Amino acid sequence: MNSRTIELTVGFFMLLFLAAMFILAMKVSNLASLTGTDGYKVTAYFENIGGLKPRAPVSASGVRVGQVSKIEYDPETFRARVTLNIDKDYAEFPLDTIASIYTAGLLGEQYIGLDPGGDIEYLTDGGEFEITQSALVLERLIGRVLVDQ
Amino acid sequence: MLDLIQSLGAGTLNAVATLGRALLHLIQTVLAIGEPIRKFSLLNQQLFASGVKTLSIILVSGLFVGMVLALQGYNTLVRFGAEESLGVVVAFTLVRELGPVVTGLLFAGRAGSAMTAEIGLMKSTEQLSGLEMMAIDPYRRIFAPRLLAGFIALPLLAAMFSAVGVLGGHLVGVELLGVDAGAYWSQMQSAVSFKADVLNGLIKAVVFGLVVNWIAIFQGADCVPTPEGVASATTGTVVKSSLAVLGLDFLLTAVMFSV
Repeated sequence: MNSRTIELTVGFFMLLFLAAMFILAMKVSNLASLTGTDGYKVTAYFENIGGLKPRAPVSASGVRVGQVSKIEYDPETFRARVTLNIDKDYAEFPLDTIASIYTAGLLGEQYIGLDPGGDIEYLTDGGEFEITQSALVLERLIGRVLVDQ
Repeated sequence: MLDLIQSLGAGTLNAVATLGRALLHLIQTVLAIGEPIRKFSLLNQQLFASGVKTLSIILVSGLFVGMVLALQGYNTLVRFGAEESLGVVVAFTLVRELGPVVTGLLFAGRAGSAMTAEIGLMKSTEQLSGLEMMAIDPYRRIFAPRLLAGFIALPLLAAMFSAVGVLGGHLVGVELLGVDAGAYWSQMQSAVSFKADVLNGLIKAVVFGLVVNWIAIFQGADCVPTPEGVASATTGTVVKSSLAVLGLDFLLTAVMFSV
């Protein structure tokens, strides 16, 4: 086989790799939509985060607007401090927006839902959600039903 | 009794000596890596021999592995009414594990064994010594281009394996079993992260590329220069690199994805 054919096939091999990487980047993974770097960070304190995980989606009216970037325990307030990374396209959330932890479906993963309030000031980078609502823990719910009876 | 202990000691010394020779061989090969970078046609030929010729088996097996994953995953997921997550299952399995690992195993069987047999035969027909007599360094001319080409080719093949596998999963899951196409792709996209999953899978493939080609080249260069020696070296390449791929995969997974 002469060297031109070899070089051509190796060239096609490389092109095929680029096509595969394109599929993996754009179709399989979330590189196309949210990269998690372009955005602003807002914190929220929760009494109980249930099963919330880093990289869980943050959505408003069901539309994905960002993701959870960090979860840690704050030993001073005895609450969980969750840092949200909100896409910079959605920069205008009023200061009194409520952040709540919901579950997608009965057994689905947990996510943070934002319900915008009516304040005229907007949240900025490093801001904090004043009003939060913790995750619904099934055991507590069952316990309450049992006690009420 | 003493003979037994002596043979144990001899075996240990032999194993350590082989390991040392292998490391020295790798270092010398890596030091000679400038040659195939300067002389591109050398690299190109080896990329063709180890990469392009392995392509067909990689694409076909990737397609079938993806299809089987979709078929089996569907059977399990449909019991929980979660067949929408089929894309997530297929993509995670392929990108994180099966892509790099199966590519590594197939590469060892297809390209690694050929490389060992080729170099072993060169050694037993004294072509390597012939090259040295002509003041041509076999490390720069023979070993370095093969190591570099295999090192480049394996991650590329692994990426293609994963991509084709996901398409195969689409073929069976969406076209055959009737999972919603939108759910298949969108759930996959929201679950799979490019940095944490796709790139880590590629890093695995890079590591396998180094190890498999190192083993293949060293087995060839270190073989006993007889027909039996070449035969056992070729078998040894497939066995050792398969074990290395599977063992390293466990370690890499534990480091990368255990969190």
